Amino acid sequence: MSDGGAIRATEQVPVPAPQPAEVRASRLLATLGVGGAVAGVLLVIAYGVTLPRIEANRARVLHLAINEVLKAPERYDTLYVVGKALLRKPPPGVDPKKLEQVYLGYGAGGRPVGFAIVAGAAGFQDVIRLIFGYDPKTHELLGMKVLESKETPGLGDKIEKDPAFVDQFRGVRVSLVGVKKGKRSSPREVEMITGATISSKAVIRIINDALERLGPLVDGYTQEGKG
Amino acid sequence: MGDLVWIFFSSMVVNNFTLMLFLGLCPFLGVSGKIETALRMGAANTFVLVMTSLAVWVLNTFILSHAPYLRLIAFIIVIASLVQIVEMVIKKLSRALFRALGIYLPLITTNCAILALAIFQTNRDYTLAQGLVFAVGSGGGLALALVLMASIRESVELADVPALAQGTALVLFIAGSLSLAFMGFAGLLSSG
Amino acid sequence: MSQEMSPPPPHPAAHGADGLAERRRAVPPNVDLVKGVWRENPVLIQLLGLCPTLAVTNSVANSVVMGIATFFVLVGSSLLVSTFRRRIPNEVRIATYILIIATFVTIAEFALQALVPGIYKALGPFVALIVVNCIILGRQEAFAGRNPVGRSVLDAVGMGAGFMIALLIMGSVREILGSGTFLGVSLFGPRYEPWVIMVLPPGGFFTLAFVLLTISWWKRRQPALAKAAEPRGLVVAERAA
Repeated sequence: MSDGGAIRATEQVPVPAPQPAEVRASRLLATLGVGGAVAGVLLVIAYGVTLPRIEANRARVLHLAINEVLKAPERYDTLYVVGKALLRKPPPGVDPKKLEQVYLGYGAGGRPVGFAIVAGAAGFQDVIRLIFGYDPKTHELLGMKVLESKETPGLGDKIEKDPAFVDQFRGVRVSLVGVKKGKRSSPREVEMITGATISSKAVIRIINDALERLGPLVDGYTQEGKG
Repeated sequence: MGDLVWIFFSSMVVNNFTLMLFLGLCPFLGVSGKIETALRMGAANTFVLVMTSLAVWVLNTFILSHAPYLRLIAFIIVIASLVQIVEMVIKKLSRALFRALGIYLPLITTNCAILALAIFQTNRDYTLAQGLVFAVGSGGGLALALVLMASIRESVELADVPALAQGTALVLFIAGSLSLAFMGFAGLLSSG
Repeated sequence: MSQEMSPPPPHPAAHGADGLAERRRAVPPNVDLVKGVWRENPVLIQLLGLCPTLAVTNSVANSVVMGIATFFVLVGSSLLVSTFRRRIPNEVRIATYILIIATFVTIAEFALQALVPGIYKALGPFVALIVVNCIILGRQEAFAGRNPVGRSVLDAVGMGAGFMIALLIMGSVREILGSGTFLGVSLFGPRYEPWVIMVLPPGGFFTLAFVLLTISWWKRRQPALAKAAEPRGLVVAERAA
């Protein structure tokens, strides 16, 4: 071949049979086999090179979110939900990635400030996933951040972009009640977004459901004084 | 049970593959001229989707958890083989159906809806039952979109469309209107 | 896959004088490069790869990243396919092409996930779906599998650029009208009420419909240009994909 690009990796391919007219099954298999092997090697290399970066990215997103909803704690621990208890270490033989996790943040002097909990459920268009901070001592929320949603731009996506809505989740008492704009009268109430009532209600429901399920666990964990 | 119903309607109407997620546009624009063909194409697609869902579940459960980097290659190989098998079966069973689907049958392989189903099912950690319901729902959604488009196009045949807008542009305008209508389904599944 | 449907091309190695013909190439290189940009633009003229064209063009940034990823896969696959075109047996060529394409797509996926995780998330399944983008398999089957490396790479660069241009047109129109921004920079100030529908799915269909209308209007005004872009059997066969 006269063209220059042909130098690359020629040795990885079996020498072609002198008579290409009669193609043997073994040659077909050999081509696919060699191709597959080379592809596999390339992919393993690409995976190995990029994996640390990808995991660091994921960890950073989670880290930033936890910091935001727990108001920048000094440090935080990861706790694993196993049955009806929170454990510091996953039970032996269980893949920690498969367990539900909550995060316990500590303020200055090692004093626990609250838990960060990830939860999700159906919204207006598709599933909404969010993280919120909760202080079991006061039964108040510390903050809320939407991690994933496909709500309508300009309306439903205000659940993550409109500070007037998001900021209400600081200092509100649980369990939450959604009310119309301008009708807030108790510390449990959250004003919903006009034109995006279903999305707002979904956020409130996700938080209430998560606390109904995990609330007793985190309350119990603090009372035992382990925090 | 509730989540199965949710997955079914979510994939069929609220997040319809063709009209809301732009998956499977080639058959949507290509074989949507006649209701009859559209129905058959929808059925063939649904069948391949269900088979794919099954195969992907097996792959994910037993093989790919150890080698995530082979995911895409494994999926596309399995889909290509499945389509080949479906093609042979249809050819045996009904020459007429085989002729009706013509060139589009082997091209289900490169129909993005099939691979997208495999990817969604993996990313969302669906169980076997959830995956199958998802496949039936999205297949139903594809068929629904195809049949709606075909019935509109059969009527438009008789209309006097400006020469400039004939062909794909017209089909896209119809698709946009259908998509607009399907946006009305949003919120259907959120028990607010 | 489609071996039964389309007559298999003659095996490249069967032509002894092929190498000679390559050196005496009848087509000047710029033709291979430029045809994909406009005259045979894969999206705007051949109407291929419409799924990503509609799905990821709700912002300019998404369109650019998607364009680059597809460009990378297309050029890389064309390079490998044309390099090994004489060694790939005809019976397994489609399988081999898909294997090569899937490898490049997986690498692109890892790279995007590592470099631009936010946009990777916004593109959703459409990065992986580059595998089934008919433009890429179409170019391997129609061009790279039968032509020397140099021409194939030029062809791939042209087609990749054509795809990028189409995505950019769609992305710009939709982001400017639908969000009032370009690459996230506000254009019209806070008093602009964005046409939200443009970044939603129906807006994708309507924008592409208007772009195609504009092109057919343009072609009609320039009969000479329309004559140059005469329909070819190849284009029709590919459209089916």
